[in-house]
Amino acid sequence: MVYMLVVYIGSLLALLVNSFFYLEEFTGLIVRQFTLRTYLQLFSPTNLGIFGRTAGMAMAVTIADAMIAFPLAYYIARYASPRAKTFLYIAVTLPLWSSYIVRVYAWKLILAKEGIISWFFQLFGLQGILDGILSIPAIGGSSLSLSPIGMFITFCYIWLPYMIVPIQTALERVPKSLLEASSDLGANAAQTFRNVILPLAFPGVVAGSIFTFSLTLGDFIVPQSLGNSRFFIGQAVYSYQGTAGNIPLAAAMTMGPVVIMITYLLIARKLGAFDAL
Amino acid sequence: MPTPAIQFENVSRHFGDVKAVDNANLEIRDGEFFSMLGPSGSGKTTCLRMIAGFDRPTSGNIFLYGQDVSNLPPYERDINTVFQDYALFPHMTIEDNIAYGLMIKGMSKTERYKQVDEMLDLVRLPGFGFRKPSQLSGGQRQRVALARALINHPKVLLLDEPLGALDLKLRQQMQIELKAIQKSVGITFIFVTHDQEEALTMSDRIAVFNEGRIQQVGTPSDIYERPASPFVAGFVGTSNLVSGEIAKRITGSEEMFSIRPEKIHLNMASTEPEKDMLCIDGVIRDVVYLGLFTRYLVEIEGGSDLVVVEQNLKTTSMDVLSAKGQKVRLYWHKDHISRVGG
Repeated sequence: MVYMLVVYIGSLLALLVNSFFYLEEFTGLIVRQFTLRTYLQLFSPTNLGIFGRTAGMAMAVTIADAMIAFPLAYYIARYASPRAKTFLYIAVTLPLWSSYIVRVYAWKLILAKEGIISWFFQLFGLQGILDGILSIPAIGGSSLSLSPIGMFITFCYIWLPYMIVPIQTALERVPKSLLEASSDLGANAAQTFRNVILPLAFPGVVAGSIFTFSLTLGDFIVPQSLGNSRFFIGQAVYSYQGTAGNIPLAAAMTMGPVVIMITYLLIARKLGAFDAL
Repeated sequence: MPTPAIQFENVSRHFGDVKAVDNANLEIRDGEFFSMLGPSGSGKTTCLRMIAGFDRPTSGNIFLYGQDVSNLPPYERDINTVFQDYALFPHMTIEDNIAYGLMIKGMSKTERYKQVDEMLDLVRLPGFGFRKPSQLSGGQRQRVALARALINHPKVLLLDEPLGALDLKLRQQMQIELKAIQKSVGITFIFVTHDQEEALTMSDRIAVFNEGRIQQVGTPSDIYERPASPFVAGFVGTSNLVSGEIAKRITGSEEMFSIRPEKIHLNMASTEPEKDMLCIDGVIRDVVYLGLFTRYLVEIEGGSDLVVVEQNLKTTSMDVLSAKGQKVRLYWHKDHISRVGG
């Protein structure tokens, strides 16, 4: 408990304190004096753009992962035989055993201009579709690996297990008798799904979204390896505290996702996500 | 003879080698309170689940008022169930739980909430509509489960050990209430229980199950007074089973019979039996004083023991306890024995 307080809360507090200092532009020195001017810098168009871009990506990844994970989790929880269940469970979590950076680079290659995906599109003569997608402004780029679309695909893949597992847990906790009761009261499979299964599994979706959302929000490896030159929060923090030596701005920038996540967690708790973990 | 509410025709349900229900034939009459009684694993719950449609028979047919429903899914059967764990939807209010069946049918909100209020009155929970199931006690949840089933006016209501989780006092109160509700709504109730006292108190008729087979179907007094098999004699109340040499000495036949402990009279003097009375001599081996009555264990010459229960109308604990070791003559009316075969 003491350890937790010192190491964890302590470093967060150090972060908070640093965010109230500022960098003297001429000398390049950090002035240890309470000020809100660093926070004001967050509202510059560049920084607002970074926040918007990152939050938008986190939201898109969360929604896509929820949509991909639900059917999978549903199958694992309700239809798979015990053996198949073990197998699928391992299959879902297995990627987590390998290095995350290796997987990101693997995707970089898969999505590259000469990568396997482009190759497939060419093989079936669908090059036009790929080019069409890549020419969409804002999310397109010269190749999948150099576009926000590629980054989105990689994020979805990387965080997918974190969405599947809580949804599956929530689905398995729905007692069979509730489904029987629904059927007994006249509901067919679709009605039971809509009225009983979905609302009871929803906290699991929210729990999973905590992971997918916060992990995307803070990640800097994927935006650095894939996508275009536009910054994400993680990259911005990384560069501010590194080459720029602007620790206060990096700290203030970090407080952004912290505030967003605290709000998110409070809402998630209201929706019962913590009971589903 | 009117069409039975439920009819089983050679119904079997096998799980691999396990015969959960084996060749059951059964008729449950319209409007009766019918109990399925048996120990766990006897097949009673499987029968209930087959009536509800959660389980399908491996062979045989089930009829609901003459219609073969064996292969209909639960939601196409005009039958509702009160589950053992109540199975209330935790994310819905009491009101929405009770209105669930009506909502599925597409009834308007105002109409269904009007009916919910009537149901809440029937189960004596007025004003509970806005609570969540987690805010209710076991007994209250039980009533909600009942209301949720009854609001659909099913042709048959199934109750799967609904009183099992309640404490004794509440259970006795609910037994009376359930019976009263059944009388007032006039729906056929099928009640599954392992509690023989519960079955005897509430039922019009009882089917006793053991090892996947129906042992006997009859009114509570039939089942109690005339058990058809050693199992029924032993499972419903306590019974003395007598067979072989001793049976022959008493009745003149070696066939096994059962005699209830309270039907046996105990006489310290060896008086000659009256007409139609059967008798045997024995020695009191053990005496248990239970206040209202006393239980004697009497050893019969030749080895067998009989349990005898006598009310303490005039005797005190001192009197009965001193009877230990005494020679006694036991006698009972010949009509009180039940031949159980075997």
